[in-house]
Amino acid sequence: MQTKRTIFGNKGLPYLLLAPQLIITGIFFLWPAGQAVYMSFLREDAFGMSSTFVGLRNYTRLLDNAEYLDSVKVTLVFSVATVVLALGLSLVLALAVDRMIRSARGYTTLLVWPYAVAPAVAGILWWFIFNPTIGIMPYVLENLFGYDWNHSLDPDDAMTLVVIASAWKQISYNFLFFVAGLQSIPTSLREAAAIDGAGPFKRFWTITLPLLSPTTFFLLVVNVVYTLFETFAVIDATTEGGPAQATNILVYKVFQDGYVGLNFGSSSAQSVILMGLVVVLTFIQFRFVERRVTY
Amino acid sequence: MKFSKIAAATAASVLALSAQASAQTQIDWWHAMGGELGEKTEALATAFNASQSDYVVVPSYRGSYTETMTGAIAAFRAGEQPNIVQVFEVGTGTMMAAQGAIVPVHQLMEQTGTPFDPSAFLPAVVGYYADPQGNMLSMPFNSSTPILYYNKNVFEAAGLDPEQAPRTWAEVEAFSRQIMSSGAADCGFTTGWVSWAQLENFSAWHNQQIGTLQNGFGGLETELTVNGPVTVRHWDNLAAWQEEGVFQYGGPGGGADAPPAFYAQQCAMYMNSSASRAGVLNNTPDFEVGFGMLPYYEDVAGAPQNSIIGGATLWVLAGGTAEEEAGVAAFFNFLSSPEVQAQWHQDTGYLPITQAAYELSEAQGYYAANPGADVSINQMNLNPPTENSRGLRFGNYVQIRTIIDEEFQRLLAGEVDAQGALDAVVERGNTLIRDFEDANG
Amino acid sequence: MVENQRWLDYLAHAVLILGVLLVAFPVYVAIIASTHEPGAFVTGTIPLLPGANTLDSYAGVFAGGVASQMSVPIGVMLANSMIMALAIAFGKIVISILSAFAIVYFRFPFRVLAFWMIFITLMLPVEVRIVPTFEVIANLNLLNSYAGLTVPLMASATATFLFRQVFLTMPDELMEAARIDGAGPMKFFRDILLPMSQTNIAALFVILFIYGWNQYLWPILVTTDDSYQTIVAGIKRMSDVVDSEPLWNYIMAVTVLAMVPPVAVVIFMQRLFVKGLVDSEK
Repeated sequence: MQTKRTIFGNKGLPYLLLAPQLIITGIFFLWPAGQAVYMSFLREDAFGMSSTFVGLRNYTRLLDNAEYLDSVKVTLVFSVATVVLALGLSLVLALAVDRMIRSARGYTTLLVWPYAVAPAVAGILWWFIFNPTIGIMPYVLENLFGYDWNHSLDPDDAMTLVVIASAWKQISYNFLFFVAGLQSIPTSLREAAAIDGAGPFKRFWTITLPLLSPTTFFLLVVNVVYTLFETFAVIDATTEGGPAQATNILVYKVFQDGYVGLNFGSSSAQSVILMGLVVVLTFIQFRFVERRVTY
Repeated sequence: MKFSKIAAATAASVLALSAQASAQTQIDWWHAMGGELGEKTEALATAFNASQSDYVVVPSYRGSYTETMTGAIAAFRAGEQPNIVQVFEVGTGTMMAAQGAIVPVHQLMEQTGTPFDPSAFLPAVVGYYADPQGNMLSMPFNSSTPILYYNKNVFEAAGLDPEQAPRTWAEVEAFSRQIMSSGAADCGFTTGWVSWAQLENFSAWHNQQIGTLQNGFGGLETELTVNGPVTVRHWDNLAAWQEEGVFQYGGPGGGADAPPAFYAQQCAMYMNSSASRAGVLNNTPDFEVGFGMLPYYEDVAGAPQNSIIGGATLWVLAGGTAEEEAGVAAFFNFLSSPEVQAQWHQDTGYLPITQAAYELSEAQGYYAANPGADVSINQMNLNPPTENSRGLRFGNYVQIRTIIDEEFQRLLAGEVDAQGALDAVVERGNTLIRDFEDANG
Repeated sequence: MVENQRWLDYLAHAVLILGVLLVAFPVYVAIIASTHEPGAFVTGTIPLLPGANTLDSYAGVFAGGVASQMSVPIGVMLANSMIMALAIAFGKIVISILSAFAIVYFRFPFRVLAFWMIFITLMLPVEVRIVPTFEVIANLNLLNSYAGLTVPLMASATATFLFRQVFLTMPDELMEAARIDGAGPMKFFRDILLPMSQTNIAALFVILFIYGWNQYLWPILVTTDDSYQTIVAGIKRMSDVVDSEPLWNYIMAVTVLAMVPPVAVVIFMQRLFVKGLVDSEK
């Protein structure tokens, strides 16, 4: 893993600097997470009155389950679509704002505003907008394009809805970081390229994008984690994983089985698998993507 | 030293506080009622607290039904549970299987010597929450049953008698077609709660078995049996009607898309909880609403039987002190008194849980002044409940409801026929019931 | 500006206006909903123009009480949210900038392990580990306290990860120069790193403030006392009705009011963004 070429030599200081973070992580994350791992080997009733050690049974049953494997596929489609949409749109918007001098602040404010909407409320708003009877989108789609929108029966409509709603929540976040990233690129570099006769698109590909790569990498990781773990509130408010599990992503299943269905054993096993997946994914990202990222 | 002075002062004030607290026993009550009902729920606690000086009931809103139940279970596992928690009807299987974690209401009343007459309660309400011997396990709080709402103006415009609700499914279909062909509305009917209204209540109303061992009341070894010919026929019809636009699907779970379809006069008829009555009236200022019982198939022997309830009850969690349990018993006694019940029933639209509260409401002229408010009670009391229509009790039922929604969606999308969908409900549901049996056995 | 290209400017404006329309549409819907009668949003295609009920909605929300279904006064809820959001934002920034500094500028045993330990906290939301988490909070006696509300949420890794990325992009010459001047690590941190990361601190503050502000499940899990209720929990409570229709006008009025502080933070913090812009033009 990267550090600086030159470093400070103190021995005790780094531990002191890390201590608050590690203590909180240990108490409020590692301890409960360890409990969750332990629970994944148990079969328990909801209240924990009787529990039996069942070894890997919670895991083997999942992997034998066709629905669980379907959910993996759904998650993949959902994550890729959401991350691409959220990163793509926000980068375009950030590039546009970066061109502005006087109006940059105004646009930024308008674009960041939606980020202030609580996810719990955002779900309700999307439900309003896409409701088949009262919603504005089905109305527009039907009258302008003759498309009969029905996300409670059509799997593709449902996936489109959850991708839009989930990406929407991330656009403002990504936008803020892209703007900050663009601002840290020295203007002199771009000016020099312009003097050399590079057009705006060429400059984007040869200068802006490479220099933006640390930000992009950061956002990529954050967005992937977001789609994998924090989108169930949106899904719960819009499609509830349906129709017929077409939008039942892995974390929603964890939420459904554990939080709603109170099957803590299976739900814990699913979280452990999910955590393993992310550790692998992150490892790959650090190993192969970060190497090519320019700092 | 300064510090010890502060410590002493703190200790003294803590002692003073706890002395004050021990004069009145605090009873924690976690509930899931948001909005207006939440305010009315907390008003009940306030009224109880004002009525006596031994106990203080402290209500606390804990989120949705799911959030409240899961939160209470997490709290129980950490030893921080409340005395009373409100649990929705599909959680009943989970709660009653947790022996040692809950105190059955009949036992609580006996232990605390609180006068308690189970026969004063409405059988259809209490039966749902009693063990096979008829002992009450939890305190019914907010109960309702699905009924039919219809748009009188649309009926009139379509040339139908606006005072006549459809009685049978044949009439629902015929009325819907007349409404659609006359252009009075775009769709015949919609429904909230597909699982509750079009499967569970449909079965009870037609006296069809939902599961073996008295719909699961008899033990954890129960199996679902909802794939019989009567239900298959109904689901096949619903799928065909959806195709033609006679029926409009309102989405999974509670069917959030259904109410707007009725309010916006898109669908002329609508099946949903009797407790939605006030909400329906508030949101339909432009037309008159009629009320009817659930439709039935005339040729099915034994139909109509009686409908079953939904809603939530109050469970007593174990671990409270003797004083706390006495307080809970006193509070429950307060809740079931005719005056409090009648008031709650009339304020919220939930069913009264005792015969006396129903009679008091009648004497007060409530049903005369509020047409349609007694449809639910009449429907529920139409016949004495049979083994098939008393209620249902299955483990992991929250997830089974999700499966029912999924298979219904697959049916409407044309992926399976009704027999295939209901067979899948039975097969997948039984797997979950076996899991529950294993975990609680 | 690099050069003048009119068409690019027009394109940029068009993109932004379209983006604002798309991104802000749901917010617009919320504002419109707060100006109508309670039932207007469920009885026909949703209105897109303001209604005539604005005064009633907002007056009702400020008055509180049963009519608007708010048992906790809006001021109390806003104050709780403010405490929570500020504590989380400050706490997270301080904790994570220190640990990122340690990870990037020092080399010590278990450095990679520490980084991974922090990094995996990005995962597993509360909903997924509710039982063990409640147990920890209860054991530490943190139920019904501001500490319980805020401290556990400071453990997320996003901020550490971001500062790591920022520090890695800082030119090595800075540190070499500092060492030649004989500056110790903390002096270097204070005089060079902090000022140079202020755009990022500002961006992060906005995001963490909003993160803390929008928490819903956590506050409801660790507090049972109404005096700790936050505004988002209050909104959820108003909309989470069983067997009846929510009063959308009041709910959306509270939603709009609840957006004011985070939006104010965004606007205020933009000053720092703009400063960053000016700096880079030097």
